[in-house]
Amino acid sequence: MSHGNMNLTLKVWKQKNKDSKGKFETYDAKGISPDMSFLEMFDVVNEQLISSGKEPIAFDHDCREGICGMCSMYINGRPHGPKQGVTTCQLHMRSFKDGDVIVVEPWRSAAFPVIKDLAVDRSSFDRIMAAGGFVSVNTGNAKDANNILIPKPDADEAFEAAACIGCGACVAACKNASAMLFVSAKVSQLALLPQGKIEARERVLNMVAQMDEEGFGNCTNTGACEAECPKSISLENIARMNREYLVSNALSKK
Amino acid sequence: MASSPKLNSKIPEGTIENKWTKYRSTVHLVNPANKRSLEILVVGSGLAGASAAASLAEMGYKVKVFCFQDSPRRAHSIAAQGGVNAAKNYQNDGDSVYRLFYDTIKGGDYRAREANVHRLAEVSGNIIDQCVAQGVPFAREYGGTLSNRSFGGTQVQRTFYAAGQTGQQLLLGAYSALQRQVGMGAVKLLARHEMMEVVTIDGKARGIIARDLVSGKLERHFGHAVLLCTGGYGNVFYLSTNAMGSIVTAAWKAHKKGAFFGNPCYTQIHPTCIPVSGDHQSKLTLMSESLRNDGRIWVPKKKDDNRKAIDIPEEERDYYLERRYPAFGNLVPRDVASRAAKERCDAGYGVGTSKMAVYLDFAANTERYGKIEATKHNLHNPSKADIIKLGKEVVKEKYGNLFDMYKQITGEDPYEVPMRIYPAVHYTMGGLWVDYNLQTTVEGLYALGEANFSDHGANRLGASALMQGLADGYFVIPYTIGDYLSEEIRTKAIPTDNEAFVKAEKDVQDRIDKLFAIKGSKSVDHFHKRLGKIMWDKCGMARNKEGLTSAITEIQQLKAEFWKDVRVTGEANEFNPELEKAHRVADFIELGELMCKDALHRNESCGGHFREEFQTAEGEALRDDDNFAYVAAWEYKGDSSFELHKEELKFENIKLAQRNYA
Ligand SMILES: Cc1cc2nc3c(=O)[nH]c(=O)nc-3n(C[C@H](O)[C@H](O)[C@H](O)COP(=O)(O)OP(=O)(O)OC[C@H]3O[C@@H](n4cnc5c(N)ncnc54)[C@H](O)[C@@H]3O)c2cc1C
Ligand code: SF4
Ligand code: FES
Repeated sequence: MSHGNMNLTLKVWKQKNKDSKGKFETYDAKGISPDMSFLEMFDVVNEQLISSGKEPIAFDHDCREGICGMCSMYINGRPHGPKQGVTTCQLHMRSFKDGDVIVVEPWRSAAFPVIKDLAVDRSSFDRIMAAGGFVSVNTGNAKDANNILIPKPDADEAFEAAACIGCGACVAACKNASAMLFVSAKVSQLALLPQGKIEARERVLNMVAQMDEEGFGNCTNTGACEAECPKSISLENIARMNREYLVSNALSKK
Repeated sequence: MASSPKLNSKIPEGTIENKWTKYRSTVHLVNPANKRSLEILVVGSGLAGASAAASLAEMGYKVKVFCFQDSPRRAHSIAAQGGVNAAKNYQNDGDSVYRLFYDTIKGGDYRAREANVHRLAEVSGNIIDQCVAQGVPFAREYGGTLSNRSFGGTQVQRTFYAAGQTGQQLLLGAYSALQRQVGMGAVKLLARHEMMEVVTIDGKARGIIARDLVSGKLERHFGHAVLLCTGGYGNVFYLSTNAMGSIVTAAWKAHKKGAFFGNPCYTQIHPTCIPVSGDHQSKLTLMSESLRNDGRIWVPKKKDDNRKAIDIPEEERDYYLERRYPAFGNLVPRDVASRAAKERCDAGYGVGTSKMAVYLDFAANTERYGKIEATKHNLHNPSKADIIKLGKEVVKEKYGNLFDMYKQITGEDPYEVPMRIYPAVHYTMGGLWVDYNLQTTVEGLYALGEANFSDHGANRLGASALMQGLADGYFVIPYTIGDYLSEEIRTKAIPTDNEAFVKAEKDVQDRIDKLFAIKGSKSVDHFHKRLGKIMWDKCGMARNKEGLTSAITEIQQLKAEFWKDVRVTGEANEFNPELEKAHRVADFIELGELMCKDALHRNESCGGHFREEFQTAEGEALRDDDNFAYVAAWEYKGDSSFELHKEELKFENIKLAQRNYA
């Protein structure tokens, strides 16, 4: 079945499981249409592999529209590939040329062990969230929503931070494998809102402590995370978190 | 017509306004000490599952949550765009609980249960309060209050939103609440786990068999109650706006273990999606209904008009929704809008290369917004270019992410040219039949959110699925589950070496072995695509007796072929997406057959179910209330065999009427 007329060479990381050693395998991707998404290109390659009795390439994906944060590929040395502000599932083959060689790897970070091929374990992010990424309010305790007035600029800024999809590209982009952008996005969102302010201090201390425990590296302000983040989460969040952290840490030592 | 004796909907006595209040104050409670020894399994972590799990854990129950993604935050709810309804009447435009109730019953073409829908409308306001308290950053006005917009099928503004990412923000709120309970040890989280079977003992649900998707191991989990919050099954059509993992497996396993399946054929086809562009496509992308607030839908008045949209003058455009339905215009319900688009395209007025698309045009409103902005900024005599520029900024703030998505996929810039759109499968109103308590026909087995047969009748109104998922999870199940669990406080945890668990696990293992043993020649996707095509052609936007009859035979043949010729690569005891898909597609094939049977038996048109034989002279859906004012609940009777049970729908508060949006 032919779809289009691009022919590409893929060099894809294959790794059976977390304990085994991986290596690159080379595949031909033939008859690719520029309208396909990167994942649809993988579908075509996998279909060909299956019909010739070979093992398909395992990768994570679900929504295929840039919002679930599941897809996670390191393409030609960049998380989510060459295009700014999009996830792998939204990257289209028109961003490549006929004849290109494309190198695809999983996220690389000690805190994200490889499960198989391109799929990694990001449960460390869930544990960081469990450490403090919430407002402590039980169901049924809320008062009428419009009793809390929030200036529009604050609400907008909180929303922008809240747009993080938890994909982990920031970690993959960082030479220190730091998770600061992800953590600071949640810390900022909640610190910007009156509902979240009450617990702001504990939150930042707990989330940062968990982040360190998970083995993420330190932030040295290279800014690679912001540049590669598919949702353009801003570095300002890290600055805000650092301020929150310093104040909270100082106060907690008193 | 009387309801089948096998279906007790347990609707409380009393007037519609008082049923829920009275129920809540009389339902049996479980005391805190007993809650600690009652275990609840929640399958699914979308809005329904995450909100239920968090709330039940807060109440003191022991909860386990399962989802097949790597994190609960990735459930398909994350993709919802447009908004969530609530009868807050913040806009002072005449909204009320009754009006939301009425709109939902009418929008559903009078095929929903009044008592459930009224309860939904009653708790809708609490949802917004709860989400705001959690820090969900809804859109706001300059005065700091919450902002609203309009959705289809209503004449008030009751939709709360967070740009085009409402589902994301609501789910992250529920996920935060869930993770808080995980952190406190009240919830055990099992991500990358797929439920493969329900375990029943003496007719009650007592647990599940799950597959750890990383190690491939089968696991047994006991629960005093099992909640299926597993979402919809739109991917039975292969192409839909749903995430790849919107599957029926959990509901289907429950069905085969005795849970009746309600109205399986009710499918929502959403009018505004990016049209299919080629056979490589793995999914379709929705352009949120909120766009219909500001976009006008049209086709050329002339057949096969090949001019560019901008070259077609105003008087040669047919704004067919505004023409046919002046009262609601572009905001008619989805089923009506979808059929109208299909009608124009089938008649030869479609646009784009495939001619299977209509325009969604923002030019008029961009200009209108531009003028308002110019006035606000005290610009006198602004040029047209200035107006358009200002207008585009407003449009960008409202729909920026959707416009970007459109451009990314189609390569066209919707700020400059109208979008091309066409209907696509979006939501399944059908699902597991549940009573007022959200319990299925299997005791102790519940279904919440899109997985149940739902409050939306034969057509769901926009922004009502998020409302329903959160209503079920935050505000309904915490009460209704007490009715069952208060009787279970003496049931000790059942050891999972019980024979029912052993047998259920063996059944799953046998099926896995069987799938690997086939060693056929065709991929799982191959079968999925073929199933999708049969479903879309014959059980899609328009259905008829002949097509449905042949679809049933074709699906049976496809099933036989699948079990003879599918190829599943890899091994059982490893991370194996092909094996996961094989199970899911096998279930879809069986479901597809039931959907066609349900569609064939319902000799009427209602909402999303349009039988070509039953339409008015104007081409509107023609219901048959004398014979079909019931929920069709199907009982599984073995291979390809299903028995119909009917739950009569009584309309005591809203008069049955032909829907009219003109
Ligand atoms: C593109 C799009 C936009 C939408 N926009 C809106 C909107 O603006 N407003 C609105 O009201 N509605 C909207 N909807 C509909 C709405 O998003 C869904 O109906 C709703 O989110 C469903 O929530 P849920 O909790 O029932 O299920 P889901 O969010 O689908 O969650 C299902 C969960 O079940 C799990 N699961 C399923 N099967 C298994 C299994 N076998 N084992 C383990 N886990 C399993 C999954 O992992 C997942 O966690 C939209 C839908 C789509 C497709
Ligand atoms: S901050 Fe950006 S890159 Fe990091 S997890 Fe969030 S969305 Fe992904
Ligand atoms: S698959 Fe969901 S973000 Fe890419």
